[in-house]
Amino acid sequence: MSRAALLVLADGRFPAGGHAHSGGAEAAVKAGRVTGAASLEDFCRGRLHTAGRVAAALAAAAVLGVDPVELDAAADARTPSPALRTAARKLGRQLTRAARATWPSDELDALAREFPKGAHQPVVLGLTARAAGLGAVDAAYCAAYESVSGPASATVRLLSLDPFEATGVLARLAPELDRVADRAVEDARCVVDEGADALPAASAPLLEIGAEVHAGWGVRLFAS
Amino acid sequence: MGADTARRVDGVTEAVAVAGVRATARILARDDGRGGTSLPVLEGDGPLALRRTRGSGDEARVMLVGAMSGPLGGDHFTVQAAVEAGARLRVGSAAATIALPGQAKGESRYDVRLTVADGGELHWLPEQLISARGSDLYATTRVDLGATSRLVLREEQVLGRAGEDPGRLTSRLVLRVGGRTVLDQELACGPGAPGGWDGPAVLAGHRAVGQLVVVRPEFAAEPVAARVLGEGAAVVPLAGPAALVTAVAADGLRLRRVLDEALGRLR
Amino acid sequence: MHLDHSHDGPAAVSADARRADGSRRALRIGLGGPVGSGKTATVAALCRALREELSLAVVTNDIYTREDAEFLLREAVLPPERITAVETGACPHTAIRDDISANLEAVEDLEDEVGPLDLILVESGGDNLTATFSKGLVDAQIFVIDVAGGDDIPRKGGPGVTTADLLVVNKTDLAPYVGSDLGRMAADAKAQRAELPVVFQSLRSEPGVSDVAAWVRTRLAAWTA
Repeated sequence: MSRAALLVLADGRFPAGGHAHSGGAEAAVKAGRVTGAASLEDFCRGRLHTAGRVAAALAAAAVLGVDPVELDAAADARTPSPALRTAARKLGRQLTRAARATWPSDELDALAREFPKGAHQPVVLGLTARAAGLGAVDAAYCAAYESVSGPASATVRLLSLDPFEATGVLARLAPELDRVADRAVEDARCVVDEGADALPAASAPLLEIGAEVHAGWGVRLFAS
Repeated sequence: MGADTARRVDGVTEAVAVAGVRATARILARDDGRGGTSLPVLEGDGPLALRRTRGSGDEARVMLVGAMSGPLGGDHFTVQAAVEAGARLRVGSAAATIALPGQAKGESRYDVRLTVADGGELHWLPEQLISARGSDLYATTRVDLGATSRLVLREEQVLGRAGEDPGRLTSRLVLRVGGRTVLDQELACGPGAPGGWDGPAVLAGHRAVGQLVVVRPEFAAEPVAARVLGEGAAVVPLAGPAALVTAVAADGLRLRRVLDEALGRLR
Repeated sequence: MHLDHSHDGPAAVSADARRADGSRRALRIGLGGPVGSGKTATVAALCRALREELSLAVVTNDIYTREDAEFLLREAVLPPERITAVETGACPHTAIRDDISANLEAVEDLEDEVGPLDLILVESGGDNLTATFSKGLVDAQIFVIDVAGGDDIPRKGGPGVTTADLLVVNKTDLAPYVGSDLGRMAADAKAQRAELPVVFQSLRSEPGVSDVAAWVRTRLAAWTA
């Protein structure tokens, strides 16, 4: 396994469509819930321990060889908002494309056939990590990190927030990212033995509600 | 009951007995063959008491009258309701359930297990669950429905009594329809919950949060349209024949108003 | 890619000339250029000029979602199912150059849903002089500037002006009013672009978009040859 492959996959410039999504930050900014670095940090922390934790466990379980169809259904059950399900599948489809071009693999081709309109992004992320020769913990780190880096860079654009402050937020969350990634791998091992019901189901009501509010806007900067 | 006999041994607290109360209530609803619903099983022990109340039409009604002063720390309550094919059951509770700290250390549990066979219908509409300061409760609701079962289920969590900080509350709601998991959600809040629970992504200072689940076979062909109900609530179609209303509000009264309004729209 | 010509494989990865079923895909032409230079008006005029002879569709990349798409819908230049808006997260140049995945998805969906198509026009969100399309997304690109934006733009150059397959200098009817020297613009463009073509057009008078439409027909003939 190449450690550097992790850097390629986790790079914010990896061309998989993430730049057009705010991870709920646009709705939270508009509602006045995120107004600066402190509230961004609180937002990111909440997202990390809910959507981020679930995404990390899904990705790790996919690396460990759990059936992607089963994981995708579990992701649906953990994503009540249809706007978020659509966004997750869109991003999954885009990542599938980038991954097949970057790390060609039969598993990714099979996934593209099974889900022509896209599987949930964390499931694709796990299979991408697998194709890149990475491990479960690497995929968990990518998913957990994406759950906070997306909102942070979106908030830089939405609030003209000082980019150094936004990066500082991410750095302060690093120890919690470590814990979430480790726990996601433990969860994923349980999924191997017990099935997808063992996945965490941590939810964030305002992310779900905010995603539906956002989807109804006629004018917005981000797709979600 | 509920007393803990922790003792100090060389400065180390040791729980000698996990001495919470264990209580179970069971309901079985059956089509009585005469256009009504009978309740061949209706039993509750300890603090969980059940009363049959006057039903309407072919529906049987049951009131949970016990659990208002519990669970306390270490207690483990279980409520099971099974609705057989063609039966209709409506369950409510007489008052809010308040999770309180007990003398026993450790979390208390409240498990609700609901099954509805094909063609059966269940309305599960208990009063709020209030997480009092210092309490530590893990509440789970697992619902198993047949492909043609119908369900209306409401859950409301209120974080702290008026002006009070909440205890720790984790609640998980799992809904299966025809063997497929359609919804699996866990919300953790209060002291000791993972960070950010009261922040802008999760609750943002709201002290009441609720879910309303409506399952109807018709939703498979014609799902509800996603719709926002103010800044704090949305009705969404799940990936199955079900609709979910998620709502946050400043307090339990306002939450109930939003959920009632949403239920009215789903009728 | 190893699956380009497979008949039962999943969709192709990038700018491959053939679709998953082996058929030739539509020619994709990008239109970029600064805000207000007349990209959307040119797209609308091209649709009107070509829609009788070609099966075509449009993808827009808006800064705020759907504005340009809604203009095209209001103008009814194509049936609504032939117009798709891509959301760009405040970075329209990223969506056409650095991370083209959402645009690739949009063009593939259009071919699947309203195809077969001869031509897809991909319009970028109004951006600056540096925004160009990735070769992974389009087969040729048109850069649209206008005389009112200053007659020194061709001299300043930049990747769009210098490398686009076609440079369009739009709104020539305004030149007398804004004091732009069309001769100087033509000379500067020639210096920057050598043999690459330049079209001066005004959509408010004849012949309107017909030079650009003729250029598109030539590209399409080469594509299907």
